Amino acid sequence: MLEQVDLSLVNWSRAQFALTALYHWIFVPLTLGLSFLCAFFETIYIKTGNQEWKNLTKFWMKLFGINFAIGVATGIILEFEFGTNWANYSWMVGDIFGAPLAIEGIAAFFLEATFFAVMFFGWNRVTPKFHLFSTWMVAVGSNLSALWILVANGWMQYPTGMAFNPDTARFEMQSFFDVVFSPYAISKFTHATTSGFVFASTFVIAISAYYLAKGRHQLMAKRSIAVASVFGLIATLMLSFSGDEAAFKDAKHQPMKLAAMEGLWDGTTKAPLVAFGLINGVKQPGDKQEPFVFEFKIPGLLSILATRDINGFVPGINDLIYGNSVHGIVGAVEKIEKGKKAITLLAEYKEAQKQGFENKAQEIREELRQYEDYLGYGYLERPEDTVPPVALTFYSFHIMAMVGGALLLIFAIYLFYTVRGGIEKATWLWPFGVFAFVLAFLAGEAGWIVAEVGRQPWAIQDLLPVHVARTDIPAGNVKTTFFMFLIIFTALLIAEIKIMFKQIAIGPKEVN
Amino acid sequence: MFFLKKNSEERGIKGFFKNIADLYIDGFRSMTVGRSLWKIILIKLFIMFAILKLFFFPDVMKTHFSSDQERAEHVANLLTTVNNR
Repeated sequence: MLEQVDLSLVNWSRAQFALTALYHWIFVPLTLGLSFLCAFFETIYIKTGNQEWKNLTKFWMKLFGINFAIGVATGIILEFEFGTNWANYSWMVGDIFGAPLAIEGIAAFFLEATFFAVMFFGWNRVTPKFHLFSTWMVAVGSNLSALWILVANGWMQYPTGMAFNPDTARFEMQSFFDVVFSPYAISKFTHATTSGFVFASTFVIAISAYYLAKGRHQLMAKRSIAVASVFGLIATLMLSFSGDEAAFKDAKHQPMKLAAMEGLWDGTTKAPLVAFGLINGVKQPGDKQEPFVFEFKIPGLLSILATRDINGFVPGINDLIYGNSVHGIVGAVEKIEKGKKAITLLAEYKEAQKQGFENKAQEIREELRQYEDYLGYGYLERPEDTVPPVALTFYSFHIMAMVGGALLLIFAIYLFYTVRGGIEKATWLWPFGVFAFVLAFLAGEAGWIVAEVGRQPWAIQDLLPVHVARTDIPAGNVKTTFFMFLIIFTALLIAEIKIMFKQIAIGPKEVN
Repeated sequence: MFFLKKNSEERGIKGFFKNIADLYIDGFRSMTVGRSLWKIILIKLFIMFAILKLFFFPDVMKTHFSSDQERAEHVANLLTTVNNR
């Protein structure tokens, strides 16, 4: 039963993975977005032949290079953790993700080693057009590097294109295209990369606003803001659309996550969207307590977002735990029974094979197919175990969404002043540029918390809970490496900030 | 080569490789911030692969089991007994 599993080990393994992923996601989004911004800047330089644009490009490229160098290989630690802390999970999904992730690593290395060299060393050696081509290739390559890991993440949220093989105890790929082009994979890739574009745009605006405030490099700052505010605005709009699409998919495939995101305990038609509110922390499944201390709701909006129909029914946490026969919702209670049946059949299948009863084994195998979609539920003790941490999911989601709205406004105002002119005199606007960077960082991290905490207790949705995915190793080992990572990543972050600040203080070269 | 500037172009295969080698050699030589970054990268990779991977992050499935069959048996056994342990 669950209490017999070392929960401190599971939680330390979770915490270590979260720590590594959250630190990794400081460097990655800047790389994804800055690479494209550098490509835009250089394209303008090639079009205009203006030396100022070249210097501007070189300056942002230098900051891009610093971020890339500090962040490079921080993701490899996640792979170490898969092999050590999550060995059972790694084994079970190895057939699907092992080879593609390795190919991605090799392809990214060669792509980056070639075009990075031209981008940084080739200004005086290759033709301007080939240099520009290399910069674009770095941008495309860097973003494609994120593809497979995001496809893997999408698959964990919505496992598709595979079948469970009880002989190998693995999920084996049945359709490559179903895995790569699963709606979740596309949604993950577009949402994560565009959030990187937004983050990088705020980075450029923040530094440019700093220069405006200091009265230095004003032309370069204004030009950088012009490009970054357009890119940021478009990316934020794309982010809203992909976010809306992600929530719509959650309503279909991860309804518990959506219910937690909105603090919706009891399902309803014309479900309201909670714009903001304070969660009642003592509320438990099935009780009669109010879910919020206070909240501000927009009537019917959640139904529209989740079902594209204002009259649509959106299930709440209680419906998903205990079922709702009126709306045809199968509860976790029933799913746990089916999961336990799947485990029993799996054990019987292995036993029949061991005894050499092939025909009996095949009969059991056929029956197992009817229940294997619920396999993961069989490892849960109580139906209430299917509920993720509601408050953390709710607040993270609302922080992310509200910041998205604020960033849209900040980009729009910066763009307005860029088009109209006079940004160098709009002193009140500069602090918002720096503030936007902090907000975008928070939103990016909050987004990952929604995606990952909101789908607990699952490592693979419905199929494998985290306490089964983990490796049986001493919790002390994981605790030790957790603090080692904390020190290493903090040191790297300090190094990045120090080198960045020095280069920002030096600033770009200026003509004259 | 079409992508090289005229003044740096040397003809033939030999010239092609020389130009590429020069790109890297001169690039590394003329680095300023890059030197510090490379030091950080190398220290980081050393810590990751020579210390963390070697001493703290063994691939459990590879070190504890010698064949895929053993690995499959282990996971299948876990999947059928985890709730009874």
